Amino acid sequence: MNLIFSHRRISGILAVVPANERSFVDEMTNFNFPPVRSLKLKQVMGYDKHRLVDGPVCASDLACFGMEHLFSSGKLSRDDCDALIVVTQSPDYLMPPTSSVIQGRLGLKQDMFCLDINQGCAGFLIGLFQAFLLLEQPSVHKAALVNVDVLSRKTSPRDRNSYPLVGDAASITIVERSDDDTPIHANLKMDGTRREALMIPAGGLRLPCSPETAVMEQDGENNFRAKDNLRMDGSAVFNFVQVEVPLMIRDLLQTAQVDMEDVDYFLFHQPNRFMLQKLADQMKVPYEKMPSNVVEYYGNSSGVTIPIAIVHNLRERLLAGSIRACLAGFGVGLTWSSMLMRLGPLDFCELVDYKEDNLPTNEEDSWTISTNK
Amino acid sequence: MQTIEEILKGIRPEFDFTESQDFIRDGMLDSFDIVTLVSDLDKAYSISISGVDIVPEHFRNIASIQTLLQKYGKP
Repeated sequence: MNLIFSHRRISGILAVVPANERSFVDEMTNFNFPPVRSLKLKQVMGYDKHRLVDGPVCASDLACFGMEHLFSSGKLSRDDCDALIVVTQSPDYLMPPTSSVIQGRLGLKQDMFCLDINQGCAGFLIGLFQAFLLLEQPSVHKAALVNVDVLSRKTSPRDRNSYPLVGDAASITIVERSDDDTPIHANLKMDGTRREALMIPAGGLRLPCSPETAVMEQDGENNFRAKDNLRMDGSAVFNFVQVEVPLMIRDLLQTAQVDMEDVDYFLFHQPNRFMLQKLADQMKVPYEKMPSNVVEYYGNSSGVTIPIAIVHNLRERLLAGSIRACLAGFGVGLTWSSMLMRLGPLDFCELVDYKEDNLPTNEEDSWTISTNK
Repeated sequence: MQTIEEILKGIRPEFDFTESQDFIRDGMLDSFDIVTLVSDLDKAYSISISGVDIVPEHFRNIASIQTLLQKYGKP
């Protein structure tokens, strides 16, 4: 599906990562593999550090921390937020929506739109689409898009497929109307027949969590995980990305009538360095135009990797000016999406560390939650 | 230049790769070993094996790896 927008801009991006940093080398002993094989994998995949929450930190905790930072630093006014779109696969509760939890904790006005979207690695783009659409309404002047996940809490530490790359993070992206009539081209595809390639089998109503779903099982490759945990068919996901993403980008650029060389940066979701470099090779894009260092420093935080790639690699440039950016997200669903837009100049572009002392104190958000580890 | 067998030995020294016709079925290579193998082949032969070619069928035995390398103009 091709999409087109105009008169929209991203005015600021804040990324929030837990201060707690873990190292792949320290965690290698959890995996049932000889260290020499794990170290080779570290080199190829770019595993090094990742930021994980420590304790019962939830999506709303990271999001509220970030929003309060924007309020206290004068980058956003509490009353200016007309829409709050929260994209997460790790909500605080099955109900109510995490956007309602955040709205209530922050004391935002009632005269606003709160919305949860269950999406992952394509979630930054899906969230932007929704923000762009809400801005059609005259009463919506500013939309806050929150991408947030704390999936380390649902990932087995003994699963070398997933645990070394997972990262927890949130981002807050402020989206507004703009005078710029340059078209923003985008596309989106979904294939629910391949939904089991990335999933957490237990915890919904189809398979509620129970002592049985918490039992660790070994897969064919010496990894241990329970049905309560995230599972990823790494080979299927890798193949999906390598087949679908280059075609999607080719179609996007053809529709926009823009040459590959005229794109300043390809800011893609970052599952691991190997996957990104293989995409860059296939698309004949220089590595310096497609940053692949987010997993190395922060881990893969689903829909937050694109905002983190932006603030980590392009902060100064985007505060001073603009770039032509090609964004792409791909993953759970399966879902894949891309967008070509002018990005910047931004009013703010910042990364802050989340400190664990920001847990909620009000009783209704202090329900005890097991960490599933 | 390292041979395919030497590269495989470097990844899983405990196996004799000349004795198997299906490294994956025989548990000699897992999906992450294939990633490491692709990285090592890229370096050894100065190529970049396309992501769409990184499927188990191309890494089942030495002959299938040779066929893959031929696609990239390597003997």
